[in-house]
Amino acid sequence: MALSSTELRDRLRTFSKCVCDGARLMVGQGDYEAYAAHIRKTHADQEPMSEREFFRNRENARFGVGNRSGFRCC
Amino acid sequence: MSAVTKHGPWALVGALGAAALAIVATTRGETVNALWVVVAAVCIYLIAYRYYSLFISSKVMRLDDSRPTPAHVHNDGLDYVPTNRNVLFGHHFAAIAGAGPLVGPVLAAQMGYLPGLLWILAGVVLAGAVQDFMVLFISMRRDGRSLGELIRAELGTIPGVIALFGTFMIMVILLAVLAMIVVKALAESPWGTFTVAATIPIAMLMGLYARYIRPGKVGEVSIIGFVLLMLAIVYGGNVAADPYWGPFFTYTGTQLCWLLIGYGFIASILPVWLLLAPRDYLSTFLKIGTIIGLALGIAYVAPHMQMPAVTKFVDGTGPVWAGSLFPFLFITIACGAVSGFHALISSGTTPKLIDRESDARFIGYGGMLMESFVAVMALVSASVIEPGIYFTMNAPAGLVGTTPETAAAAVTKLDPAFAITSEQIAQTAKDVGEHSIISRAGGAPTLAVGMAHIISSAIGGKTMMAFWYHFAILFEALFILTAVDAGTRAGRFMLQDLLGLVSPRFKDTSAWAPSILATALCVGAWGYFLYQGVTDPLGGIYTLWPLFGISNQMLAAVALTLATVVIFKMKRERYAFVTIIPTAWLCLCTLTAGWQKIFSADPKIGFLSHADRFSAAIAENKVLAPAKTMADMHKIVFNDRIDAALAVLFVGLVLAIAAFGIMACVKAYRADRWTALESGGPAAVPAE
Repeated sequence: MALSSTELRDRLRTFSKCVCDGARLMVGQGDYEAYAAHIRKTHADQEPMSEREFFRNRENARFGVGNRSGFRCC
Repeated sequence: MSAVTKHGPWALVGALGAAALAIVATTRGETVNALWVVVAAVCIYLIAYRYYSLFISSKVMRLDDSRPTPAHVHNDGLDYVPTNRNVLFGHHFAAIAGAGPLVGPVLAAQMGYLPGLLWILAGVVLAGAVQDFMVLFISMRRDGRSLGELIRAELGTIPGVIALFGTFMIMVILLAVLAMIVVKALAESPWGTFTVAATIPIAMLMGLYARYIRPGKVGEVSIIGFVLLMLAIVYGGNVAADPYWGPFFTYTGTQLCWLLIGYGFIASILPVWLLLAPRDYLSTFLKIGTIIGLALGIAYVAPHMQMPAVTKFVDGTGPVWAGSLFPFLFITIACGAVSGFHALISSGTTPKLIDRESDARFIGYGGMLMESFVAVMALVSASVIEPGIYFTMNAPAGLVGTTPETAAAAVTKLDPAFAITSEQIAQTAKDVGEHSIISRAGGAPTLAVGMAHIISSAIGGKTMMAFWYHFAILFEALFILTAVDAGTRAGRFMLQDLLGLVSPRFKDTSAWAPSILATALCVGAWGYFLYQGVTDPLGGIYTLWPLFGISNQMLAAVALTLATVVIFKMKRERYAFVTIIPTAWLCLCTLTAGWQKIFSADPKIGFLSHADRFSAAIAENKVLAPAKTMADMHKIVFNDRIDAALAVLFVGLVLAIAAFGIMACVKAYRADRWTALESGGPAAVPAE
């Protein structure tokens, strides 16, 4: 099956996005774009957090106060 | 599709796996190529995934993609987000993989590689992966709630509190053991100590960068950190050789123990963005990278297993840890075969991110198979080095002394098959850039030598061996320190929950005084066991690792009991054997091991008989080796009794949860309808 160069480029782009998203999620950082899109769609009255606020929010959710499951495994 | 095209390729995979396992298991008198071990493992994983996990998901759980997952129901773009299953697999795997699967198999190699390999493979397929998958499923059907909450809801309040307390205790032992591994790896090693110490300023620099200069640029900051880290390893050799800085970074085990306790306390009250989060980036990415690198290295180098398939130490006389194959092999290798800790991860962030129910199979069952593969690689790494070197590194100092000559003589005496010369020992130490490799128990140094052996055969040759050795030490120390830091924080919150049951004032996690107090108590608890282990003349690992193994398997038994109860409540009891078999096996192992640790008449195994021996000597005013003073003698007796009490506690905990579990199963069996507490309820389940 021959792939055209655009198709190949798209697949590579999807793949590298998947790797980057995966690497970010490994350290607790979710997808900001998906979050912002979700807020705009479902809570049109709210302004989504900025990227910086989102980063800090996720950092606290992973390690911060009250988190009982933030520890790594043995 | 005909049965031949559907099952034919899988039959071939199965046949290949069986053939590889047969080669590994039956070859005697010549060494086996490690690739056969890898092939056998991968084939078994593939078959188990294709058939057994499918059976569990379709018959036991009846996963249903038309049921919305918590990620869809509660989607907030933050904690609950439908996530691509490959991305989520990476997240889940990074969360469950840690030091455990790397250390247990290394210690188990004293019995030869075959017993460990068979337990890793059978354990993961029938117990470990089942546990992870079941807990993930149970939590996913209940809005992603945590293990403690699940046990409270399905089994009752008292079992819930017992489980919370058990989780706290396993956490304490785990942190002590992990810290112990770091101490063992860094004691008298200025190169190692320097590189690990360098991670603190490097991480802080990264933290400031990611906080103020380029917020959120995780990739960028990780690359900067990685480069600095590599420089620290490269120049660590010069630091160690420096007449001033070399001795400055040379510490004894006891000094390192105090440094770690102080570090644990300070690190866990610093803001997370400064130290914990940035070091977590480094440790996570380094961990994944090293695992991939090790896999490629083994595939490329195809080393031969030097350790015999089975050594004479299956009878329980081995120098690394005491006790016979049953039950102690099954608690020595916990992670990699079955790990109770995963139940906490599977009921943590992962279930809140699952897009479709059927993804749980790949993430839960598949993720654990991957972790098991890491354990197999660790076993390979420990088995490709000379057995003589392995025993030199892992036997307690009391047995092998402190010089290459005494160690060579002692190890050769253990078994002539492991004969080794003092020159070989000295040369190995020189190759890896250390003063000494004698009696460096704990798994990490042995694994590092094995990894250095494999990777340097692929890249850099002998001249790079010292680099790879210190790279491997750093990689383990890095994520262990992250675990110590994050674990102390999590332990502090757990402790505040527990103390809150007595005095509600403790529950306030934002108040200053209870937080400091709970942190100090938590650090004090693991610090106590760490200190006990570091000053233990038997080498600490010898005493602490079995306790850790028992506590971890105990938590797995608790999680599997919960899974059994849920299966009964779902009226799927005809398939309950899926969890009853591993639960029963784990109960058998932990209870037998616990019993022997308490009551065995052999002072090498039983804490109480060991204490008796020493108190009898105290009564006669004699000092027994390895104690040097009367105070040492009293300390040994006291520590033995504490350890025995802990074992009693663990045994009691398993028995209590098992009893509550059986009662809940009977009640659910008698009920004429579905009694599980899923969100959405049974109405959403299609008829069979």
